Amino acid sequence: MAPQELQVQRKRELAKKEETTVPARIYLPSTDIFETEEALTVVMEMPGVDKGNVDVNVEDNVLRIDGRIDFSKYEGLQPVYTEYNIGHYRRSFNLPSRIDRSKISAEMKDGVLHVVLPKAEEAKPRRISVG
Amino acid sequence: MITTLTDPFDALFSIQRALDARLASDWLRDATAGMGSFPPVNVFQQGHDFVAIIELPGVEKSDLDIQAKESTIRISGNKKVAYDEGISLHRRERIAGSFDRTISVPVQIDPDRIKAEYRDGVLALFIPRAESDKPRTITIS
Repeated sequence: MAPQELQVQRKRELAKKEETTVPARIYLPSTDIFETEEALTVVMEMPGVDKGNVDVNVEDNVLRIDGRIDFSKYEGLQPVYTEYNIGHYRRSFNLPSRIDRSKISAEMKDGVLHVVLPKAEEAKPRRISVG
Repeated sequence: MITTLTDPFDALFSIQRALDARLASDWLRDATAGMGSFPPVNVFQQGHDFVAIIELPGVEKSDLDIQAKESTIRISGNKKVAYDEGISLHRRERIAGSFDRTISVPVQIDPDRIKAEYRDGVLALFIPRAESDKPRTITIS
């Protein structure tokens, strides 16, 4: 298959439950989620976020990911032409099966975050053989 | 000019407003192949020189090719999104494919001295203005 030509995906803004005092925008990272028998993996695009500025949090079966960009490098720059805006990233997901919180791991590469959420033993599928 | 205020939330908001204010201005005119082309580009002025900041999350440095000639800069490459087989995909929002975009800046630049930095999925091109294009102060004799 010939590689498709890439189109720009417009950044979507996060719909906040509570309003913030300063109306700075927060964006929803483009996300892929896949499951194997062992784990659930969440892959998020967060360009401009250093690995030290990511928070991965699981509480009450809700996964919440925050990524903060370093905007200090924009200091002293005068925009002359812009096509996109910048901002921090945040997104939450309800997790479908029980996750072993002690084994969650995360890795960041080229602005893409991979979070691996291993399933708790009792949530893993079991093959039942018919005797 | 973007200046960072003491309150970081205020500072980010002021940057967002400044970026909105120049959204798709005519600075690059029609010289840029198609608005809405991938990857999206922001261009800033820093003193006499220019900085282009381009978001390319998930593109490996080795899959990125940058060429400069006269006042045009061509950015091309390939973005891969690949997962192991045998997975069950729940949500698919990331897109993969190839891209090729040329931007022409409406000033004379020094293509030999362009510097590129790629970090955390963000490409920054430091584009120096040609010496011959810089304004000169003329002393009145």
